[in-house]
Amino acid sequence: MAEFMQNSAYAGVTISLVSYAIGAKLKRKFGFGFLNPLLISIIVTILVLVGCNVSYETYNEGAKYLSWLLTPATVCLAIPLYEEFELLKNNAKAVLLGVLAGVITSLLTVFVLAKMMGLSHQNYVTLLPKSITTAIGMGVSEELGGYVTITVAVIVITGVIGNILGEFICKLFRIQEPISKGLALGTAAHAIGTAKAMELGDVEGAMSSLSIAVAGVITVVLATLFASFM
Amino acid sequence: MKYLKQFLIILAVSLMGEILKSVLPLPIPASIYGMVLMFVFLLTGIIKLSQVRETGRFLIEIMPVMFIPAGVGLMSSWNVLEPVLLPVSVITVITIFTVMGATGLISQAIIRHSAKEAK
Repeated sequence: MAEFMQNSAYAGVTISLVSYAIGAKLKRKFGFGFLNPLLISIIVTILVLVGCNVSYETYNEGAKYLSWLLTPATVCLAIPLYEEFELLKNNAKAVLLGVLAGVITSLLTVFVLAKMMGLSHQNYVTLLPKSITTAIGMGVSEELGGYVTITVAVIVITGVIGNILGEFICKLFRIQEPISKGLALGTAAHAIGTAKAMELGDVEGAMSSLSIAVAGVITVVLATLFASFM
Repeated sequence: MKYLKQFLIILAVSLMGEILKSVLPLPIPASIYGMVLMFVFLLTGIIKLSQVRETGRFLIEIMPVMFIPAGVGLMSSWNVLEPVLLPVSVITVITIFTVMGATGLISQAIIRHSAKEAK
């Protein structure tokens, strides 16, 4: 079995997709934020690969086709943005200034804490795009010379924690406007936070998915500037 | 056939993004150029929503699956992450609080301010 796994181009990917499907099913059944299908799939796949002594290179022979789809899928993020353009126009000031404030805060928090704890430049730029959607964050991390795999892990974990703590944080800061709740969740915790925003309501959900693209684009522009600080 | 045509259009825009990235000297991923191009094409009507909608929806829906390989890559970069696990975890959690606070409160202040002005 282990020997077969070490030579198979399909076994690893199949395990990834099956564990993702099981994770999605568990999530639907129990509804806990920590049952994130992506997180479950990554953990199960790593355990199986390590258990069967399969190298990442062998796994990636098959799995690279999943990554290949990422660029066209990211291009498609323009479609919901276009569909929600009216919503953006009607609330332009709150959306743009709110998300801009969030992005600057994100970069600034990472900068201050990384400086305080003495992280290396490479670890610092790895964390800079941590609040935005994985598709854009991966690209930013790669362009700045960070560890892309760590960026992905941190982004996913950020999303999961944002999903779990989102409602509590809104209460803590007395964020009561539905538009603001959606923007806060989308800017801080991207698509996984948006899942929580959609549970809260339609306005929250739409605003949250809108802020994913807006925060992503603003971060692309500002992250390069912040990367030069340290 | 419809899905294939839609996918072709999406790939063509991705290719344009790749070309822009190779020409322009900015640290911006090809996918972002493609996304901005797609948005401009939709706004100007060069591409109609009906020409990309279904395939686009499908790709966005299955997008989380595309992050699995990069996440699994953590098994080969664990030795890099392990020594900085504590600072990385601290930064990860604190940032969620500061970002949600900043975006939520500032947008809320703007919404309430303009509601007051409208009265």
